[in-house]
Amino acid sequence: MSARIGVVTFPGSLDDRDALGAVELMGGEGVPLWHADPDLKEVEGVVLPGGFSYGDYLRCGAIARFAPVMEEIRGFATRGGPVLGICNGFQILCESGLLPGALIRNRSLRFICRIVHLRVETTQTPITADVLPGEVLEMPIKHGEGQFVASEPDLDRLEDSGRIVFRYCGPDGDVSDAHNPNGALRGIAGIRNEAGNVVGLMPHPEHAVDPDVGPTGGQALFASLLSSVMAGAGR
Amino acid sequence: MRFAVEVLVTLKPGLADPQGKAIEGALPTLGWRNVSGVRMGKHLRLELEAGSESEARTQVEEMAGRLLSNPVIEDSRILELREA
Repeated sequence: MSARIGVVTFPGSLDDRDALGAVELMGGEGVPLWHADPDLKEVEGVVLPGGFSYGDYLRCGAIARFAPVMEEIRGFATRGGPVLGICNGFQILCESGLLPGALIRNRSLRFICRIVHLRVETTQTPITADVLPGEVLEMPIKHGEGQFVASEPDLDRLEDSGRIVFRYCGPDGDVSDAHNPNGALRGIAGIRNEAGNVVGLMPHPEHAVDPDVGPTGGQALFASLLSSVMAGAGR
Repeated sequence: MRFAVEVLVTLKPGLADPQGKAIEGALPTLGWRNVSGVRMGKHLRLELEAGSESEARTQVEEMAGRLLSNPVIEDSRILELREA
């Protein structure tokens, strides 16, 4: 038996196939979900992939949050089901209020597509459970609106409650402005909700699982997600 | 009754506005060296059917809070509301 991970395709999603591929490569069962689906097909984890859902009109993720499938995902998340939002998926989670803060235009105003390093700040999430704290993972970013912002009190709360999951860093794990690609406040690349089951990040682990095409920093995250789901199923 | 409404959505004060900054950086190249504090926002126009002006206002305020703006990063206000 393998973990059933649903990947939602919204009109304008781009990375749904890579996310499904990453799940399968790491030994899970990828289940395609459609934005208009009224149910989650009994999946045990959900990935909201990157792309430009509904053209990113109005604001990134603003329209996707009203998709029928999002109502189900909100319930699934409330019951503790693991939900991973990548890039546009992270933006959707913020717009839905499932994660705090927002993602605004990169400080450079440019779309950025390159490999970055991430430092794992907490292992209290389904996707970092099997990773060492402080471990540095290599994977690509590709976004125009990836600058994470939140109010100072919200940032302090995230920090104090260990809800910052990833920070942009150098190859040795040093976090500094020089390694911050988009101006994200406090170098934040990914965060989690209070319970820890909902995680959003701007970088793309699903593009970093196959050694033939680049870095493999995403493998550990998908492996963690699958083993977390299996551990949950065994409880 | 039919109402015409204009809504202004602006980035909250203090939040970085890279677009405003880029505009501010471009103005001096055209000779305007006396400009500062450029902030960029969105202007929306819509029409709606409602029983009264106050009903229309309440509805538009709700739209602004739930969809037209993201209250985490943006402020919104009704610039104008009149019978169409």
